[in-house]
Amino acid sequence: MKAGFLPKLLITPSALLVLVCVYGYIMFTIYLSFTASTLMPQYEWVGTANYVRLMGLENWSVALSNLWVFASLYIVIAMALGLTLAILIDQKVRAESGLRSVFLYPMALSFIVTGTAWKWLLDPGVGLEHTMQTLGWSNFTFGWIKDSEMAIYCVVIAAVWQTTGFVMAMFLAGLRGVDSEQINAARLDGAKSWQIYQRIIIPQLGPVFISAFVILAHMAIKSYDLVIALTNGGPGRSTWLPSVFMYQYTFTRNEMAVGAASSVLMLVAIGVVVLPYLYGEMRKVKNG
Amino acid sequence: MDKTVSRFLRIALYVILVGTALMFILPVYVMVVNSLKPLDEIRNGNLMSLPMEWTLAPWRSAWSTAQIGVQATGLKPYFVNSFLLVIPAVVLSTLIGALNGYILTQFKMRFAHALFAAMLFSVFIPFQIVLIPMAKTLGFLGLAGTVKGLVFVNVVYGIGFTTLFFRNYYAAFPTELIRSARMDGADFFGVLLRILLPNSAPIIVVTVIWQFTNIWNEFLFGASFSDYTSFPLTVALNNLVSSSTGVKEYNVHFAGAFIAAIPTLIVYLVSGKYFVRGLMAGSVKG
Repeated sequence: MKAGFLPKLLITPSALLVLVCVYGYIMFTIYLSFTASTLMPQYEWVGTANYVRLMGLENWSVALSNLWVFASLYIVIAMALGLTLAILIDQKVRAESGLRSVFLYPMALSFIVTGTAWKWLLDPGVGLEHTMQTLGWSNFTFGWIKDSEMAIYCVVIAAVWQTTGFVMAMFLAGLRGVDSEQINAARLDGAKSWQIYQRIIIPQLGPVFISAFVILAHMAIKSYDLVIALTNGGPGRSTWLPSVFMYQYTFTRNEMAVGAASSVLMLVAIGVVVLPYLYGEMRKVKNG
Repeated sequence: MDKTVSRFLRIALYVILVGTALMFILPVYVMVVNSLKPLDEIRNGNLMSLPMEWTLAPWRSAWSTAQIGVQATGLKPYFVNSFLLVIPAVVLSTLIGALNGYILTQFKMRFAHALFAAMLFSVFIPFQIVLIPMAKTLGFLGLAGTVKGLVFVNVVYGIGFTTLFFRNYYAAFPTELIRSARMDGADFFGVLLRILLPNSAPIIVVTVIWQFTNIWNEFLFGASFSDYTSFPLTVALNNLVSSSTGVKEYNVHFAGAFIAAIPTLIVYLVSGKYFVRGLMAGSVKG
């Protein structure tokens, strides 16, 4: 049915809010990143100076290399663990729904809660190290969170714990959607279970791999709460991510233009990952 | 022989699954157990053991007397803030999503597809990119540092999600029902209120749960746009845990973390099925 006046009128507020508060604000922030803004926005154009400065800042290169370590490990481990758990749970186990619920519940918690819980678990003074020592392993040490070389791996651990269940749920839905006739035929031909997974089922999970990758990658780039609660960026700046950098430069170091430039680069990174994916999904919607 | 092997594999399977499940439960177990211990028991004992002396004092402290920022109010006022934020934000964004979903699927409009794509991408943007102009806007509107301001922000950036949910649901809705209602003379609101909404219970539940969880757990907007009168619970909890004054009261922090987790855990336990559906819909599969 062709839209008359009323539907157009009623969708206008939403359309305006999204256009202004998403796309308008993005344009505004991009504009700011080319100005001399410090504590407050200023509108004097300085060209690419802020990007040049950003690239030269050691804090930014530290944040980027941390993001690289964090994102690659987080994505690979969460996907590998999620797929493994999905396959294990797919073996007609008892209490399947109970296990699924246990693996998935961390997703219901806020990153601040997760960060707080893991902060104490990983703290050598009260957490796992201390516990193992009181249990008799006096040589046991686990002080990664206090070690600037290792702290970023603590962020990986907590983030994997939070999201693996969700990745498992995605893979499980994918596994259950695979055509069962092909599997039965292979089984009749004498194929072993692991061969069936390797040759038939996993190759058909391509779209799930892509979805999971896009979601995890965009979560990794956005990650902020977890780092703040877990390590607050420390020790030193060893767990700074671009999100932490942006907040620091914009709100505590009075370098708003540099902060804006960093958020523009975050958006670009997410766009590179998400836009091709959304384009594909939209085409499916259009054609299907 | 084969039987013994497969039996062994079966046992190994359960050992791995149950072992992993225990590791997944561990952090929450540690939170609860240590929130019920006196402080020196945590320092001298271990995190895994049950309390020798059970106490609710850490919970009382986290709830009503712990220092959050400048005042010793406990988490209580911020727990209230979070509800004052979540309820209107969830109701509004769900209603807007339903309306948008209806319009985008039932009416032919130029730019409808582009508009939906624009809303969809807004789900993925890093919110850092809108922080500065949004802070200015809230200041301009007189909403900076208020719960109302946070409601506004969460509704705006929730539109993409809720529209996606309802759009996909209404796209699969039987068109005959709508057509026959039209033949019977139902107007714009008639179709929405008498046909679509009464048949939308599943997607409404998914949207409400999803939005409730997201907004309850939200931190960046809270940290950027609120002050100590309007902190949501996540920000208050982070202040409680990271405040460096005095002795670290681990047991109080554990109690506080669990208090912040309770509402979404309850939602998850009561309606896990819908929670999962929300997650899957959020992953643009569907």
